[in-house]
Amino acid sequence: MTKKKELELYLHIPFCVRKCAYCDFLSFSSGKDKQREYMERLLDEIHVVGEQCREYRISTIFVGGGTPSSLDSKWIVEMMKRIRERFVIAEGAEISLEANPGTVTEEKLSDYRRAGINRLSFGLQSADNRELSLLGRIHTWEEFLESFHMARQAGFANLNVDLMSGLPGQSLASWKETIKKTAGLEPEHISAYSLILEEGTPFFERYSAGGPESRFLPDEDTEREMYHQTRSLLGSFGYERYEISNYARPGKECLHNLGYWTDVPYRGLGLGASSYMEGERFCNESDLGLYLKGSFRERKQVQRLTKKEQQEEFFFVGLRLVRGVSLKEFERRFGVPATAVYPGVMERFVREGAARLENGWFKLTELGLDVSNYVMRGFLQE
Amino acid sequence: MADISQDKIRNFCIIAHIDHGKSTLADRIIEHTGLLTSREMQAQVLDNMELERERGITIKSQAVRIVYKAKNGEEYIFNLIDTPGHVDFNYEVSRSLAACDGAVLVVDAAQGIEAQTLANVYLALDHDLDVFPVINKIDLPSAEPDRVAAEIEDVIGLEAHNAPRISAKMGLNIDDVLEAIVEKIPAPGGDPAAPLQALIFDSVYDSYRGVIVFCRVKEGTVRRGTPIRMMATNASYDVVEVGYFGAGQFIPCDELSAGMVGYITASIKNVKDTRVGDTITSRENPCAEPLPGYKKVTPMVYCGMYPADGAKYPELRDALEKLQLNDASLFFEPETSVALGFGFRCGFLGLLHLEIIQERLEREYNLDLVTTAPSVVYRIHKTNGDVLDLTNPTNMPDPSEIEYMEEPIVSAEIMVTTEFVGAIMKLCQERRGVYLGMEYMEATRALLKYELPLNEIIYDFFDALKSRSRGYASFDYELKGYERSELVKLDILINREEVDALSFIVFAGSAYERGRRMCEKLKDEIPRHLFEIPIQAAVGGKIIARETVKAMRKDVLAKCYGGDITRKKKLLEKQKEGKKRMRQVGSVEIPQKAFMSVLKLDDE
Repeated sequence: MTKKKELELYLHIPFCVRKCAYCDFLSFSSGKDKQREYMERLLDEIHVVGEQCREYRISTIFVGGGTPSSLDSKWIVEMMKRIRERFVIAEGAEISLEANPGTVTEEKLSDYRRAGINRLSFGLQSADNRELSLLGRIHTWEEFLESFHMARQAGFANLNVDLMSGLPGQSLASWKETIKKTAGLEPEHISAYSLILEEGTPFFERYSAGGPESRFLPDEDTEREMYHQTRSLLGSFGYERYEISNYARPGKECLHNLGYWTDVPYRGLGLGASSYMEGERFCNESDLGLYLKGSFRERKQVQRLTKKEQQEEFFFVGLRLVRGVSLKEFERRFGVPATAVYPGVMERFVREGAARLENGWFKLTELGLDVSNYVMRGFLQE
Repeated sequence: MADISQDKIRNFCIIAHIDHGKSTLADRIIEHTGLLTSREMQAQVLDNMELERERGITIKSQAVRIVYKAKNGEEYIFNLIDTPGHVDFNYEVSRSLAACDGAVLVVDAAQGIEAQTLANVYLALDHDLDVFPVINKIDLPSAEPDRVAAEIEDVIGLEAHNAPRISAKMGLNIDDVLEAIVEKIPAPGGDPAAPLQALIFDSVYDSYRGVIVFCRVKEGTVRRGTPIRMMATNASYDVVEVGYFGAGQFIPCDELSAGMVGYITASIKNVKDTRVGDTITSRENPCAEPLPGYKKVTPMVYCGMYPADGAKYPELRDALEKLQLNDASLFFEPETSVALGFGFRCGFLGLLHLEIIQERLEREYNLDLVTTAPSVVYRIHKTNGDVLDLTNPTNMPDPSEIEYMEEPIVSAEIMVTTEFVGAIMKLCQERRGVYLGMEYMEATRALLKYELPLNEIIYDFFDALKSRSRGYASFDYELKGYERSELVKLDILINREEVDALSFIVFAGSAYERGRRMCEKLKDEIPRHLFEIPIQAAVGGKIIARETVKAMRKDVLAKCYGGDITRKKKLLEKQKEGKKRMRQVGSVEIPQKAFMSVLKLDDE
């Protein structure tokens, strides 16, 4: 038997109880019938795509959304069953599911366990109930606590909590409080993002520069202070920052996300899901009606990556990791040293204090992490 | 078309304030005389440069010959000469007028007389043209043709109660205009047998035929083979072809004789030989005197033009050379800037001329340009007795070598409704204007007369005038001469390095205010870097203003998943695209538009 290649699977569940005011993901609330119709089509897609991925072994699975935990858990069970029928899954593969506090029950959690889910990611965002309500979240800190403990009780040994800084009305003190309360629960992994105002969201209208309530956002200095304090506080709790916004206990990094930043191929299933494999990026229909009618046999919106684009991505995706990018790996993949493709570029960033060269790795400094786009732009070619 | 008798020719132009409908009326006249069907008629036939159409102004003179069958049964030849419509091109306007025998004055039925209406009428009367008025836009709800007719009679003194009342846009009463042209514009005179005397009113360069000279024959006759001489430039040629102007094409004919308007080609390589206003005569039988009124046009406004991409310097030079083939008033010479590298110091008739050349270089030659602050020509009297015309602030001698300086002054007329008189007077005072007087046109409108330094009006005066009068003020000026003035060179330092391309000359009393606003503006224009950037304004080494661009604190995309990678890349590329239009000065990147935008400093 030939050795199978590594592939990650992403499954998109676009349903939410209610859409949050800052969210620009492909998600919406809907009734049971729509959910059934969608999940049946997703099962079909798993069936069809599984056939196309015979030479792959699945190393990680991530069920994201939306709020997958808002669905009737029987669908998750069905979905995982179908995946196991159609794909080869590596032993001990990381299988994550996104859950929102207030949407999980003991029954759901035990269904997930039986379905093989071994990692849950809770969208908490803040430990401050006033901040939560401003975000349009449907849960309180207390409800989160209950869900978190319930998950531990159900046997989940690998938990992530998502947090957000830079929120309207948030102070440095309240952010530190959120971190301390969360870290005190000892989840294996914490994602701490700073709020991005996405065009087309109510938050963008309200809070972006010049908007009616932009003054309620923490100013830039405070926001950066929040970011820097996150690292030192979480460090004191034993978490290490391994990506711009991700922190983990040693060995508990999210393998699925690590794959995105290290050129591992992935296949996305479900509404609007993106894929990257065999040198191509492609993307499913993001219109629900079209998705439901699709045959899933052909790749859509295919973009074949040129060598130049692969080199660019090597840097601007790879630099998200705190460890940086390996210049030896660049030369192995492209047959040419990075210094020849980017003469003077790395040196310039080192000189400016935004990056460091260490044992053949090029990595961002603390300053570079604050202004990573500035550095990443330097690796786009003409 | 041989044997046209002079009494069947009408040479005329249409004059108007901007937007009063000059080009639309020209289109209607051409359409009504059957030269083009309405389907063929592109909007505004005469303004055929893309830029002219967009801006709604005429840049080059254009001419067209039309045959009109009048109500008396006779056929007439109309030569319609369209004149440039902006104060920058006043000299070209005057030469176009000199090629005509009469003018149609278009006045907007809602707006009435404006500053350029008056300026153009006076210019036409100076050239002894017969002027008759037409009241346009009578279809507008706000039209008041009776009031405007009375105004024309009161203010200009032209008989107007029988003036054609038309809507050029709707094609209403255009016949009245055509009949009035026959009746009221005099036929040309001149003797076809006399020595040749032809006035050049424009010329264009054609890569096959060389320069095509637009002329009005005043005396004599010119035909293929005539040996000609330009009396001012002394250039000699033998005529290859003569002809007249069809719509958008040149139609050859046997000869052009006294009274006729047409073109001449003679394998002329450069428009420099065919200056507007010069007289063409015959070498065999020369006339005694050139036609009056020729003057060599000199640029009034200078700026540096640099290719955004330094490697494009030869392309910029080629493009300027090509434009100059068509535009004898464009001046350029190489110059070097520490900040911007190799480029050209270019001279223009005015700011509009500058903007037009800049846009043509960018559009027609696909060049990305960095333009430095426009400057007028200052006259420096040095202590050693030398007199220097300064066109580039960088070349200003050390103050110890300067006895005194002079700057160009214009006489300006501003027409404005009385409610804004106060605001406009305040503006003129801020711009160092000297009040000469005010006349009331009617109860609600006044004509303000000022003397203003040219350097106070070339940047943003027109914008300021419009915004402070809610668009109601109109403005016209002419150069009066030079006057002694207290002037200093204002330098800008970015990150403690002087940026030569941002230096400019300013009235000493305004230096502090200008410097402060420049720094504020640059602070907004210069993106944040990884380090703090001081921006300073200095006069003679003394810092008079300072701002600081804070160091970049954050430029990061907090969240990036697999599905975001394409989007993220687009974002980075967009940011990088913006970066291309930057100039590296020392370790600071300055957006190219900062070099121009700092001049729009009026904030009221």
